Amino acid sequence: MTEITLVQAVNRALFDAMRADPDVLLLGEDIGVNGGVFRATEGLIKEFGPERVVDTPLSETGIVGAAIGMALYGLKPVAEIQFLDFIYPAFDQIVSELAKFRYRSGGQYPCHVVIRSPYGGGIKGGLYHSQSAEAYFAHTAGLKVVIPSNPADAKGLLTSAIFDPDPVIFLEPKRIYRAVTGEVPDGDHRVPLGSASIVRPGSDVSVFAYGAMIPPVVEAAKAVQAEGLSAEVIDLRSLVPLDEAAILKSVEKTGRAVIVHEAPRFVGFGAEVAALLAEKALYSLKSPVRRVTGYDTPFPYALENLYLPNAERIAHAIRASAREG
Amino acid sequence: MSQAVELPKPGSPPSDAGGIPPEDLPKVYRAMLLARLMDERCLSLQRQGRIGFYVPLQGQEGAQVACAWALDPSDWLFPAYRELAVALVRGLPLVSLFDQFIGNAGDVLKGRQMPNHYGAREYRFVTASSPVGTQIIHAVGAAMAAQRKKERIVTVTFFGDGTTSSNDFHSGLNFAGVFQAPTIFFCQNNQWAISMPRERQTRSKTLAMKASAYGIEGVVVDGEDVHAVYRAVRDARRKAIAGGGPTLIEAQVYRLGPHSTSDDPKRYRTDAELAEWKARDSVGRVRQELLTSGGLTEESEAKLLESLRAEIAMALKEAEGTAPIDPSTLFDDVFERPTPRLDEERAEFSKFLTEGVLKP
Repeated sequence: MTEITLVQAVNRALFDAMRADPDVLLLGEDIGVNGGVFRATEGLIKEFGPERVVDTPLSETGIVGAAIGMALYGLKPVAEIQFLDFIYPAFDQIVSELAKFRYRSGGQYPCHVVIRSPYGGGIKGGLYHSQSAEAYFAHTAGLKVVIPSNPADAKGLLTSAIFDPDPVIFLEPKRIYRAVTGEVPDGDHRVPLGSASIVRPGSDVSVFAYGAMIPPVVEAAKAVQAEGLSAEVIDLRSLVPLDEAAILKSVEKTGRAVIVHEAPRFVGFGAEVAALLAEKALYSLKSPVRRVTGYDTPFPYALENLYLPNAERIAHAIRASAREG
Repeated sequence: MSQAVELPKPGSPPSDAGGIPPEDLPKVYRAMLLARLMDERCLSLQRQGRIGFYVPLQGQEGAQVACAWALDPSDWLFPAYRELAVALVRGLPLVSLFDQFIGNAGDVLKGRQMPNHYGAREYRFVTASSPVGTQIIHAVGAAMAAQRKKERIVTVTFFGDGTTSSNDFHSGLNFAGVFQAPTIFFCQNNQWAISMPRERQTRSKTLAMKASAYGIEGVVVDGEDVHAVYRAVRDARRKAIAGGGPTLIEAQVYRLGPHSTSDDPKRYRTDAELAEWKARDSVGRVRQELLTSGGLTEESEAKLLESLRAEIAMALKEAEGTAPIDPSTLFDDVFERPTPRLDEERAEFSKFLTEGVLKP
């Protein structure tokens, strides 16, 4: 066990995977000599050389397209998109090619690719360094979408993603890259994709969140605890595959649900969770499902602290959920 | 019509030494004829409603066969959807193509794609998609992987004049130049991207000259001259294998038919232009060369045509006799193993089929 930050855990997962399997290689912008703009790949070029830590031209469609070609040929590329906000030039490659190669070829051509990208707000990044685009990818059949919220999960989920035979969009909450340190198991530590975790057990209200929203959700749960309200905090960790059983089990116990994400509300991932509850847990619900999310505006710069869900807004929703019905 | 190079006049003497070996030429002609006859058959099958859609290749047989002829079976090909003759030279069986066009239980793609999007791992012929140009950068990525694995192969990607305007033409050539990837970019400039002529794609004098901006070699060849194409591809392959990097080859050809069974070229181009290119058609040129050299006679050609037609008819009969695709395969291959959500959907779907809510 070592006490490290989330971004260090990402680095550790990459290091261990590259050491374990010579077919694993990295490609992206400024990931080699510079070690990545967030230092996620720091030191890797020194250890593994420029053939396995490939600094590419400034082209997201090129990075993802080349990664697909490498995977078709039998490598296990891990592509970095410097900020999730810059992934859109690669959208065609991700949606038309990466997601569909296995299916459209009748299983002949799997695409063993991971795309890592820092996502989310809270770093004064404005419109183009703050977005949470997970719903686009979760909506596309053939992609797995994974988001860690702490160092141990970052290592465990990324290791699973790298050795998963399917394409994985791995979104890293950059706001908490260095916010906290945590114990991370050494060696081949894997967290299975598709399993949620109970961050904080509770009995009155279930709160579902992921990534950078977990810390304010836990803060809110602690705040309402003082008022006698017991909130159960579930970290979804993997949006696709989704651990539906864990969601349903929690709501069958509490009868109340709050969903938190920083992406805009309209057709956000919370809508899928709310629909799941409406379809499969309606009779367990004692009050309406609530969502605490970013607003349906582009991501703001000066007002980001008011845009992003915080512990106060989340606690407000938990109280309202508990009060009604 | 844009004419960047002086094309040989019809009936001009065959290209100089270094073209297709004389002993191979009858086989090359056979492959070209097979592609043309197959193409004609598929157009008629589409009109009869026996296949849903078709993308013809007539006019491009020579460029495709000659290109494929210059490659090694170990090379990886990244086609677009008009590469029938390449597929035939690589050895994809006729019946497998018909299976794909019909989308039956024999289709290795499991009925998932429109006609013409076939692909077979066995032949290193990667399954195509419909968005244009996306395969170009895949070919470069695969070539980079081959470099890393120290495997002496090239990757070849096929596309048309219109695709030189796409994102991944740029990303592919740029990456290939930077990483000196062993990739051949085989552009069949067939002069038309559906209804848009070549000069509406770019003001560049040739498409091949775009290569120089990426620091790679660009070559223009008469795509109706099988020897010229063969030589260009063979040279590009030798160079790439020796570590000399990628090449962009612009083979100037003409799409004699429509873009697909969904358009009528009479709306956008002239009969005179068509006639001019028909006179240069590679099929006629190779035929003339063989008749002159004695490699073909009127009688042997008649027999050849008859046997090729029989081969096509037999394959079609087999494919049309194959069972339809099993509906339960709908949920396979989204992922290696289905998610719980997919399992649930499959169960509901099966129940609908059993109860007759859905009818295959």
